[in-house]
Amino acid sequence: MKVLMALSGGVDSSVAAAELIDAGHDVVGVTMRLWGGESDTGCCSVADVDDARRVAQQLGIDHLVFNFTDDFNAHVVDPYVRAHSQGLTPNPCIECNRHLKFERLSERADLLGFDAVATGHHARVDVVGDRFFVHRGADAAKDQSYVVHMLPQRELRRTVFPVGHLTKAQVRQRAIALGLRTATKPDSQDVCFITQTGGREAFLGARIPFRRGTVVGSDGAVLGDVPAIEMVTVGQRRGIGLPGGGPKRYVTAIDRTTATIVVGDEADLYVSELTVEQLVWADQPYTGDVMVQCSAHGAAMPAGLDGNTVHWQQPQRCVASGQSVVFYDASNSYVLGGGIAA
Amino acid sequence: MQNGYTYLDHAATTPMRADAVAAMLPFLTEQFANPSGSHRFARQVRKSIDEARDDVADVLGCRPGEVIFTSGGTEADNTAIFGTLDRRGGVALCPAVEHHAVLHAVEARHGLVVGVDATGRVDHDALASALVTSTDPVSIVSVMAVNNEVGTITDLAGVAAIVRRNAPNASIHTDAVQAANWLDLRTITPHVDLLSLSAHKFGGPKGVGILMARAGSAFAPLLVGGGQERDRRSGTHNVAGIVAMTVALRATDHERSAENERIGRLRDCLVDGLQDGLDDVTETVDRAHKVAGSAHVCIGGIENEALLYLLDEAEVCASAASACASGAMEPSHVLAAMGVPNERARGALRLTLGRTSTEADVARATTVIIDAVRRLRTGRAA
Repeated sequence: MKVLMALSGGVDSSVAAAELIDAGHDVVGVTMRLWGGESDTGCCSVADVDDARRVAQQLGIDHLVFNFTDDFNAHVVDPYVRAHSQGLTPNPCIECNRHLKFERLSERADLLGFDAVATGHHARVDVVGDRFFVHRGADAAKDQSYVVHMLPQRELRRTVFPVGHLTKAQVRQRAIALGLRTATKPDSQDVCFITQTGGREAFLGARIPFRRGTVVGSDGAVLGDVPAIEMVTVGQRRGIGLPGGGPKRYVTAIDRTTATIVVGDEADLYVSELTVEQLVWADQPYTGDVMVQCSAHGAAMPAGLDGNTVHWQQPQRCVASGQSVVFYDASNSYVLGGGIAA
Repeated sequence: MQNGYTYLDHAATTPMRADAVAAMLPFLTEQFANPSGSHRFARQVRKSIDEARDDVADVLGCRPGEVIFTSGGTEADNTAIFGTLDRRGGVALCPAVEHHAVLHAVEARHGLVVGVDATGRVDHDALASALVTSTDPVSIVSVMAVNNEVGTITDLAGVAAIVRRNAPNASIHTDAVQAANWLDLRTITPHVDLLSLSAHKFGGPKGVGILMARAGSAFAPLLVGGGQERDRRSGTHNVAGIVAMTVALRATDHERSAENERIGRLRDCLVDGLQDGLDDVTETVDRAHKVAGSAHVCIGGIENEALLYLLDEAEVCASAASACASGAMEPSHVLAAMGVPNERARGALRLTLGRTSTEADVARATTVIIDAVRRLRTGRAA
């Protein structure tokens, strides 16, 4: 089939393209230009596009660049900024996957006559019954099913993850064997539009007004203050303006209306329930026993799912509002759906 | 062009003329000497450069001493802007639709950028008022002869009159990179002090160009070193390139008026064909204001990035706006300055014809573009 392969300029997508070619597919590589502003990290820098193009040349496939900067701003950057000003802790990489790497790119691929879209994510698409589901990648430490959990049947049907059956070590070996310049390139870790030098604070500070916040104990006693409540996340321990040395204290709640940050012991963070909004499902809405994962590399924990409420089997640390919550089947092998922590 | 390809991207670059290629070869083989050397082999090569300079001066209507060979249009533009500012101080001024080789140079030195009308021509009132009200004296005004994206021809005589009246000490530069195929350069040079050309836009090789600098136009060199171009530009001469460029420039000058007519008819046929075959295709600039080889249309209901892919697949080479370093297409600063709404600019398509264009190219491109646009529009509706 004719496959549009998203080439980020990293090693996973490079090898993914090679896997598709080996499987006999007609492959065209594409690099999406997403962030037009300052960047010193993550994807879509000119250097990464150079790497992607060179890999495509070495593999003997065409390489395109699509400029999706407007869509990226509208669907990822603007909501990211807005979420922070609302006191949420968003996950922009997931929104980018949802709106750009799949929705936007798939539509474009469709329009141009491609049968499928492929990315270098460590995940697998497999059939359960007669439906498609995202399964965890073969390399448990590198599994990225969490960040592609939002794909509906319509997308899953035409999505390929060619390196999902490989370990990261195997991917690198393959890249070395092929002599690809991306073979030893480190994994991207950070949000691509946040610079390492300025960080989240500089990025948000240039876009939204920061509000000073008062830090109080669970009894209401004022303990200190922070320059920007927009920079504070539930569960956070450092950087909340409290003197060191005492018992570890964590942010347990943020009240936007009064600009108050409540801190407490680690035990105060634990909750027995979690409400999840904006639910999406691979197939049908599901009720029953699930495994629930609340961060990209966090462990999935057992829970019962009832409507949009997660009932933990054991109390779990509360999840910051805005984070993605992903439901796996009870055997923890494939994604049922997910949503955003309320 | 490679078999079967329909090349409609002559504003990006042109196929080299066979006689220009042939003219290069002796200088890549036997006549390899450095023209600045002091032996007979060097003198032989030096003669070829001096002859080339005479030929260029003849086509430009200037003196040989006013011709400076450069590495291309960008170097010529940068030399004009940076060199003038460095020597004379003051600020630079240009319209918002200039090629980035001028615009980015002006912006880098915090110069003045003035608006244009809906055809892309510099707004004469805005120009006059910017010259008069600028707190720093304007030392150089740069206005392109022909716009590379939409093909608009500038009224350089009119611009020059305004500049001479309002800023008599300012140098006038024109980026004439897109003009050589279509306009008699002798009609342009009387109005300007500095003029840039690039060989690969008129059938010459890449990596060589010309800066014409009228005697008395003071500017510092961009490149210093051996002082080869009478201290106005250093660096060993690109002899093969200079000779080939001159052959191409002569031939272009000779064929210009016949080609204007032939290619103008092809262009009209192409645009008429697209408008007959498709709804909602608007011509960005009226043909009366444009060079003959330029077709620029905005096609409603499609994204040009997708269209270009389908055209490429069908072996039709076209373009939209300029690409950034990553190869991604950037929203056109030219269309934005002309007031073309974003929504329209998304469907912008630039088709540029040239010496090798034929009726068959136009017929094929028309069919391919109409099919591709229909396909994209249907896909969208589905």
